[in-house]
Parts: sequence; C-alpha cells; structure tokens
Amino acid sequence: MESQSILETIQMVAEENLDIRTITMGISLFDCIDSDGATARQKIYDKITTSAKDLVKVADQIQAEYGIPIINKRIAVTPIALVAAASGDDNYVAYALTMEKAARELGVDLIGGFSALVQKGYQSGDRKLIASIPQALAETSRVCSSVNVGSTRAGINLDAVGEMGRIIKQIAADDPVNCMSLVVFANAVDDNPFMAGAFHGVGEADRVINVGISGPGVVKRALEQVRGASIDVVSEQIKKTAFKVTRMGQFVGTIAAQRLHVPFGIVDLSLAPTPNEGDSVAEILEEIGLESVGAPGTTAALALLNDAVKKGGVMACEHVGGLSGAFIPVSEDAEMIRAVSAGRLNIEKLEAMTAVCSVGLDMIAVPGDTSAASISGMIADEAAIGMINNKTTAVRVIPATGKAVGDEVVFGGLFGRAPVMRVNTSQPAAFIERGGHIPAPIHSFKN
Amino acid sequence: MMKAIITVVGQDQVGIVAKVANQLAELKINIVDMSQTLMDHNFTMMLSGEWDDQQLSFADAQGALGRLENETGLTIRIQRQAVFDAIQKL
Repeated sequence: MESQSILETIQMVAEENLDIRTITMGISLFDCIDSDGATARQKIYDKITTSAKDLVKVADQIQAEYGIPIINKRIAVTPIALVAAASGDDNYVAYALTMEKAARELGVDLIGGFSALVQKGYQSGDRKLIASIPQALAETSRVCSSVNVGSTRAGINLDAVGEMGRIIKQIAADDPVNCMSLVVFANAVDDNPFMAGAFHGVGEADRVINVGISGPGVVKRALEQVRGASIDVVSEQIKKTAFKVTRMGQFVGTIAAQRLHVPFGIVDLSLAPTPNEGDSVAEILEEIGLESVGAPGTTAALALLNDAVKKGGVMACEHVGGLSGAFIPVSEDAEMIRAVSAGRLNIEKLEAMTAVCSVGLDMIAVPGDTSAASISGMIADEAAIGMINNKTTAVRVIPATGKAVGDEVVFGGLFGRAPVMRVNTSQPAAFIERGGHIPAPIHSFKN
Repeated sequence: MMKAIITVVGQDQVGIVAKVANQLAELKINIVDMSQTLMDHNFTMMLSGEWDDQQLSFADAQGALGRLENETGLTIRIQRQAVFDAIQKL
C-alpha cells in the first residue's frame, strides 16, 4: 500500500477542491423531429427522460463509492433550431419548457442545446430560435442556450453578431442574471460538457457521456512546491498535476459510461474555477509570479499554463475533447473578482488572454447602458480571435441593467458575482450595421 | 470481492486502532494492509480492506463507518481502491 499516494489523492479532493465539475450526457434529438411541434416535444421529453433516467443516481453512487465529488449532472441535446425547424411553430419557447420539464424530472442541474449554428447563414429554424431566446431564458432556470456565429472554415456571420448584441440587451432588460445562460461562440465544439455552451453536435453518436474536470486548486498547491524554480520546472509540475487530475476524469467517465450503458465520449481538460477560495485560475497565474492577474506577463503565463495542462492531460485519457483549456470566467473566480474590483484587470487584457486559453470573455458584467452595438463589437472581436487562431472563443457578457462601474451582479452558487467592468464607449455601430458576412480567412501565410 | 481504502484522521487518542479494527471485524472486512503515522499532530491511519460484496454492500459498510465517525469524532473515509490506482499509476 503506497501511503503517500493515497494521502496525496485524498488531499487533492479534501483540501484542494479537486472535483469532477460535470458529467454531461449528450443526447441526439434527430429521431424526435416531427412536422407537428407538440408531437416532437413529447418525443423529446420521452427520449431525454428515458436516456438519462439513471444519470443522477449513477453520479451519486460514484461520488459515494470513490469519494470524488461530482458537482453537476447535465444534459446536452442536439441544437433545437435543427430539431424544431421541421415543425410549423413560429416560436420555440415551448421546446425550452420541455427541456426544463425533463431536467426537473431527472434532477439534473442544467440542460444545454437551446442552440443555433449560424456561422455561414440562417436556416428557417435558426431565426425563430434566436428570437425565442429571451423568453425561453426568462421562463426557465435550467435551460442553457448558445449560438455559433463564426468559424475558421466559414468566417463570421455579421448579421448574427448584430442580432446577438440586441438579444443580450433584451434578456438583460428583463433580468441580467438570465444572460449567464447564453453563450455566443465562434468555432463551437460538438462535445463540450461545460455550460452554458454545451450542445450535442450533429456528428455525435446517439448518446454519449462526456466529463469535465476542475482542479485549479491542485495546480496552485503543486506550484507552491517549486517557488523560485525555472519556468521549465513550472511547466513540468503543471503537466504532472494535470495528468493526475485528468486520470480522475477518465476514471469517473469510464465507470459512469459503463453503468449507464452509454459510450464514453471525451474528457474536457479544462481548469474550471469556482468562487470558492483556493479554486482560482488567477491564483495559479499569481503563483507563477505575477503580482496580480492582469499585470503585463499575464498572457504569457496563461499560455504556458494552458499548454502544459493539455500536454499533461492528453496522455491521461483515451479521448480529449470539448473546450480543453483554462477557463477565465470573471465572476466564478475569487481572485479575478478581486483584481477587477481593484482596477488591476480590464476587459482589454481579458480579451488578449482569450487568444491563448479557452474560452472567451466569460461571465463579465458590463454597465447597463452599454449599447447593443458595443456588445456586438465584443462578440465580433472574440469571433475574430477564434476564427484566425483556429480556436473556440465565446462571449458571455451580462449588461447590468440600471448599474454602473463599481456595482456588481450576484449570480450565486458556482456562478459567483461579477463586478461591473468599464467598457470603451466609442461606438462600432456603423460597422455592425453593415451586416453581411466576414469571409473565411486564408489558411496559409500565418502571422 | 470489494477492495477499499479506509483512512482515519483525527486527534490522537487511546484505542483508535482497536475501535476501527473492531468495527471492521464486525462487518467481516478483512484488513489486508495497514499503516499509521502522526501528521501535523493528527493521527493518520490507512487500511486496505476487502470483503465479500455479496454479504455486505458498499453503502452499508460506509454507513457503519459513518456511525463510528460520529461516535469517535474521527474523520473516517472509505473509498473503493480503483480510484487510487487510476490516478496514481500509469
């Protein structure tokens, strides 16, 4: 019996907040398509509730038997814009209500896939779905929505970028908190287990289990042991730690898939922070040697962290997928919140950081009077970073209606609280209003 | 055959080993290996146990040790062994 290994494993869970952030079951809804909306929704409800009927039970069993906390149980479905398009429905809110009802019946925390993929253009279902998002999010609490507006292969749909700015403002006018359930993507991935962006991709199997891991605290603690050492040692230490963290994801995913009789898809190698103390990606960057996240050097430190996590994690599991990188959601990371509140981290620096990690401007509150065009401008910038760099990027901003810089928006639980950040107020309106399509980039002459 | 690692952490006191071992004996859990040490003034014991899972479910074993935990004020964890192998071994 190797006491040291056992103690280390227990310490990772008990003191360093290592956990499985989510077990997400992906479920294809293509076989639920029907020309009658009500029939389609009944098929959707039946398929979700039978496919995932044991998801919560199995996750709880694994947690009890192996002593690994499994924080969320989630479901991702085929983008509803594709499933609902065959019906004559003008409004897709009823589909969101069906998803909500299924999620409640199963006891899962979140259900994603109220989504549309419009990177190249709109099909009939896409427009209806996007128009339904504000009401769908207002009338549900577990449904998550995402819209993919750009990709490296297709370019950026500037019409959709403009529309999503207006949709986000519309959601915020009702309740800013609902904005946390909507992500606008470029290069969205088909097997992402993390919310709000999870959906079950078109090329995926009928059902699949994907796992998202957490564990910034474990990396931080490991780096405390190599203070003052060269950056090569830092990289090695992160790789070793990421390996162990990812093994846990692989292990849990394998067992969950066996018990649920569903194929195991991927482990998402992400470092996902929570607002709990000691579970922060920003603290890792500071442990590497920055006085505060946001200082010059932040992007370089984050690039090293992100790359080392992937290198360590790739060998630890059979299939890697999802977003796989360090997350930098402001409201979900206690040290990020402190840095923003103290004026040491701004949106421009966050945008630069998104060029080297997953996933984008995430969980950022902006002043309530930020214009729809400004939000569209942020979406366009992030989509451009993703498009040019062959990576997933996203925007999940929260216009804090009635609030200004210095105030904050409180989400609660895993989602934390977001200080309202200053936004450059010069307007991109004429650019966004041009509409049309930014052509796909050339894949040669990389600079 | 169920294999599990049981870890016991807490203030050092007379009879810790006896209490835990008695409970395991009552449950017919065979102790295959054990080690103990003092870490930061905390008594830390690790036991590798195995039992016939037809006779005793994991949940029942966990429940019995949970009651012992409440009686003694020690922190007692029981986890199936496979997780440690998965994380620490190539």
